[in-house]
This record gives sequence, C-alpha cells and structure tokens, in this order.
Amino acid sequence: MSDPILSVRNLTIRFKGDGRETQVVHGVDFDIHPGETLALVGESGSGKSVTSFALMRLLPEAPRCRIDGQIRMGGTDLLALTEPQMAAYRGPRIAMIFQEPLTSLNPVHRVGDQIAEAIRFHRKMDRTAIRARVLELLRMVGIPDPERRMMAYPHEMSGGMRQRVVIAMALALEPELLIADEPTTALDVTVQAQILDLLRDLQKRTGMAMLFITHDFGVVAEIAERVMVMYSGRIVEEGSLGAVLERPRMPYTSGLLASVPRFEDAGQSKGPLGTIEGFVPSPDKLPAGCSFHPRCPQFRPGLCDQRMPELLPHGRPAHPVRCLRAPDLSLVPEVPA
Amino acid sequence: MLRFLVNRILQGCVLILIVSMIGFAVINLAPGGPLSQYAMTPGMSQADLDRIAHQMGLDRPLPVQYLDWLGNMLTGDWGRSYRDQSPVLDVVWRHLGATLLLMGTSTAIAIALGTMVGVLGALKRYSIFDYMATVGAMIALSIPTFWFGLVAIFIFSLELGWLPAGSMYTVGDQSLGDYLIHLIMPSLVLALVNVAIWSRYMRTATLDVMHQDFVRTARAKGLPRWRIVSAHIVRNALIPMITLAGLQLPTIIGGALVTETVFTWPGLGRLFIDSLGYNDYPVIMGLLMFSAILTVIGNFLADIGVAFADPRIRLG
Ligand SMILES: Nc1ncnc2c1ncn2[C@@H]1O[C@H](COP(=O)(O)OP(=O)(O)O)[C@@H](O)[C@H]1O
Ligand SMILES: [Mg+2]
Repeated sequence: MSDPILSVRNLTIRFKGDGRETQVVHGVDFDIHPGETLALVGESGSGKSVTSFALMRLLPEAPRCRIDGQIRMGGTDLLALTEPQMAAYRGPRIAMIFQEPLTSLNPVHRVGDQIAEAIRFHRKMDRTAIRARVLELLRMVGIPDPERRMMAYPHEMSGGMRQRVVIAMALALEPELLIADEPTTALDVTVQAQILDLLRDLQKRTGMAMLFITHDFGVVAEIAERVMVMYSGRIVEEGSLGAVLERPRMPYTSGLLASVPRFEDAGQSKGPLGTIEGFVPSPDKLPAGCSFHPRCPQFRPGLCDQRMPELLPHGRPAHPVRCLRAPDLSLVPEVPA
Repeated sequence: MLRFLVNRILQGCVLILIVSMIGFAVINLAPGGPLSQYAMTPGMSQADLDRIAHQMGLDRPLPVQYLDWLGNMLTGDWGRSYRDQSPVLDVVWRHLGATLLLMGTSTAIAIALGTMVGVLGALKRYSIFDYMATVGAMIALSIPTFWFGLVAIFIFSLELGWLPAGSMYTVGDQSLGDYLIHLIMPSLVLALVNVAIWSRYMRTATLDVMHQDFVRTARAKGLPRWRIVSAHIVRNALIPMITLAGLQLPTIIGGALVTETVFTWPGLGRLFIDSLGYNDYPVIMGLLMFSAILTVIGNFLADIGVAFADPRIRLG
C-alpha cells in the first residue's frame, strides 16, 4: 500500500470553558491513502465535525481548545505549524466543504469573487487567468451559464447551487485531500443525490482523497471504500465497506445500519425502521466502561460497564472493533431480511 | 426604487408635519409665550402688549396661526428672529458651518477610532486591551461631557496654556492653523463619548460576524488573517453601523449642545440655547424643523447606504 497522505495519531481534543475542560475526542488514529474515500460515520454529537476541523486547524485557539497528538501530512505535523504556515496548506493540500451551504458563503461578495479569492492568495496568476479558472471550476461543478452565475450573490442561488460553489472553491487548487463534512445533509433528497454524484465524479477525475463525514450509512455505501464508525469521540469500528456493512462486529454499527432504509425493502412494509434508543451522551458525562453500554442491546452487566474496550481486530475479514463482547457475538445487520 | 423614493418622501412629509404641530403647540401653549420678551420691558402697558400681539398676529386662534406659519415655511419664509430681525433660515445657515466643522471632525475621529477599538476588542476578546477598552468606554459614558470639557479647559488652557479655551478662531487671525488649534479640544471632547458608543456597537457587530460560517469558510481557503478580517469580518460588521451613522445625523444639533456651550463654539447648539434664553420662537421652531428634516434625510441616506453595502437588501 502507498504511503498515506494524511496520518492521524492519538488525536485528542479538549474544550475549555466556564472553568472546566471537556474532552470530546479521545485518541483517534487513522490514515488516509491517496485517491481513497474514507467515510467517518456516527450520530450527531459523536465528534465527527470537531475531528475534521482539527485536521484543518479550524478549531478555536489555544486556551479555549487544546489539540494533542499528531496530524502528519507529507512528513509535516500540521499541529506544529504556525498559523501562516497552516494557511499555505489550506486550499492546495487540504480543503473542506461544509454542512451548511446556506451560510457557508459570504453574503456580500459575488460567488465568482469568492472562488477567485481562493486562488488569488495562493497562486501568482493574472486576472484573466483567474477568471478563466473560475469559469472552468463552475462548469466542472455543473453550474449552468457560468458567465452569468459568477456575478450572482449567494442569496440569489439555491442551496444545491451554493453547495456547488463551495465545492468549486474547495477544488480550486486541486487539493490532495478533500474533507466533506455532511455536505448533503442540509439538502433535499434529489439534490443530495446530485451532489454525491458530483463528488464521486470529481474524485475520479482529480484523483484526490476524500474524508467523507456523514451520519447516514445509506450515503456511505454510495461513496466510500473504507468506513470508520465514531461514537462519543472514539473510533469504535473500522474496516472496508464490505466488512463493516455486511459483517459489523460492534452493536453500535449494526444499530446504525438497522436504521437505514434499504432500497430493496421499499414498498414492502416490514415494520418500523430500527433505531438506537437513547442519545449520544454529553462529552462531560460519559458513562464508565464502554461509552455505548447504556444504549447497547448486547450490554452485559459487570463487563461492559467496567472498562473501556480497546480497538482490536475481530470478525471476518478481521477489522478493528471496540467491543468487549465482539469475541462471543456474531452480529448481522439488524435489518429484517 | 421609484416606489421607495415616493414612499420615503411621503413618510418624511408626514413626520415633519407632525413634529411641526407638536412643536408649535408646545411653544405657544407653554407659560411665557412669544410676548414674554416684551412683558419685562419697563413702561409696557397691557394695551401696548395687545397692540404688539395684534401686529404679530398672535391674537388669532392657534390653528390659524399654525396654518399661516406652515404656509410661509413651505414657501421658504421661516419667519424672522426676534433678536435681530434677520430671516431664520439665514440665522440657521450662519451657525451651520461651525457645527458641521466641529461635528464632522469629531465624527470622523469617533468612527475611525471607534471602529478600530471595537474590531480589535472583538478579535482579542477578554484580552487586556479589550478589558481596558470596555472600562474606558464605561468611564467616557458615565462622566458628563461638560465635566470633561471644563477639566480639559482647566488643564490645557488655564494651567498649561497650550490651547485656546473657547470660540472658533482668534479675531483678526482666522488662518487655517488658527481654526485647527481651536478645533482640537472641543472635537476631541465631543468625540470621546462617540468613540465609546461607536466602539461598543462595533465590538458587538464584529463578534456577531466572527462566529458565522462564512468566516470559517474564508479560513478554510487559506486566506491571510488580514484578508479574513478586512474582507469578511469588518466588511459585514460595518453594515449595521451605517444605520447607526444615519441615526446620528440629526444629533448634530443636540449632540454638540453641551460642547458648544462649554467651548463657546458659535454653532447650532449654542444658537439653540441662546434662542431659548431670548424666547426667540421663530428660531426655536426653525431649529426644530431643521432637526426633523435631518432625521428624515439621515434615515434615507442610511437605507440607501445599507442597500448599497448589502446585496440582500432591496429598496422598496
Ligand atoms: N466549540 C466548541 N466548544 C465546546 N464544545 C464543542 C465545540 N464544538 C463542538 N463541541 C462538542 O463536541 C461534541 C462533538 O461535536 P461535533 O463534532 O460537532 O459532532 P458531530 O459533527 O459528530 O455531530 C459535541 O458534544 C459538541 O457539543
Ligand atoms: Mg457535524
């Protein structure tokens, strides 16, 4: 396997406020390889956005937020860079698109200028060259009539179109890695499918790697090759799409899978979709033992509430799972089959 | 756009009309009244007073007097000052320049300094600078302007002798340098409170914008910090400040009142105080109307400015 383009080791994130410190990410490790799509999945509040913002160094500054561990990119630890050095990475090396297309663009600048701005501060290009590149990007992300649309203000565009603009902005400098933080969550279903298609297509064309964040396993199957499942700031299961989707070993993963409507089932009502009862615990009130045990259907008292399980290989094919019961459970996705 | 203009002009006329009615009623019904200036004159009999009242048309019913005054005003005749019989518009005009000079200078200082202090305070929230700016603003706002003015005169004119204690120029000099020397103290004293107000509003506006998603997007583009602050944060934070600036326009009369009095500055504020002292009703009414017109114009300009600065706003 080729060297990873991004390598995260023991990433730990704490927020400080009101005189106390809350740890929201607990020692996360992962690699992203050139050209691959890695999905990061988990319910809202599990720490996906915080993790991805840390990769871009977009979290609040030092006393309010402490990030430990390593984020290596081509031999450089991004966490050790000064802010101006980091700014040089944002755009050409690592770029990001966000969950909220409606608020991610500056309302007072034309969208064409906002894309041009992403180029202007990294490359010495003259106005005509930048303009040509902006038009090319707008065409690439499927915005019709780009000469006219580049003059539009964000409020004159739909959510889907705005997300395309954000994507064009992120791709302007052909980054090696694109982080997509729930890029379709705020869009309606048909637009969601279009944006997913677009991202898949762009990735094929540019060869960039992608960290795709979502809470929806249905989307994962569409786009990812590898999956990481996150719960309460920890990776709880990780593996190839096949391993995690077909043979999950962590009850949280199978619970998430059970809540995805399956295409084949459409129309034949087979009872309500499975859901995981309860909520993601607040990071400052994590239960003892496995963080998931209060919600876990496989919970065994005296075991799961005693210690935090480690991430160890289980299953076939063997892949990392954080569950004390993994050796004696064989989970199928809890979907009525 | 046309509808906006028509709308605004109509609204403005209604506002000015209402202000004029209230003003006219208050002035004429208040104890004293236009005749009180003559009543003190020794040897003035009631018959004399009645004759003067008749000459001035003051014996007619109030609504008739009002309509008469309104008709004249609309044709540009705002009446004559009781003090020297010169037309009210001339009197206002004579004092306007001095006020504009003082207010213009101090507003420019206040906006430039207030914006900077507000933005820096927000960017470095809870820093020593922010803390000092907050405390400084509280002090500036809680100490009355006349006190600052008098202390400044005491220190810089009486004790140190660096700056003139008042008035706009030295009789017989009137060079640019002379005007500037006279301008320093009153404009700074007047600016002090406005810097405090402006910086507080600017700090809040900046904090509002700083945490919006598009600022994060700008950072994700790898822009240098100065660019994020100028093109994204400050650019958006200034939009609500345009409205504030528009609201401040009519305060050029009242705003400088105290400062002009303390520094014997020959502007509209002084004119107002003097006219009250002389019961110079036509001038008082004139200043009231002038203030109402400035309010309308200030609002109008602010709306146009906001529409200009924010593409989401349509005039209409
Ligand atoms: N700026 C912040 N300060 C304090 N806590 C935060 C901050 N941002 C996120 N959190 C907390 O971190 C946890 C993870 O949030 P997030 O990464 O947004 O979850 P996800 O993206 O998986 O829905 C949440 O409990 C959230 O309240
Ligand atoms: Mg999120």
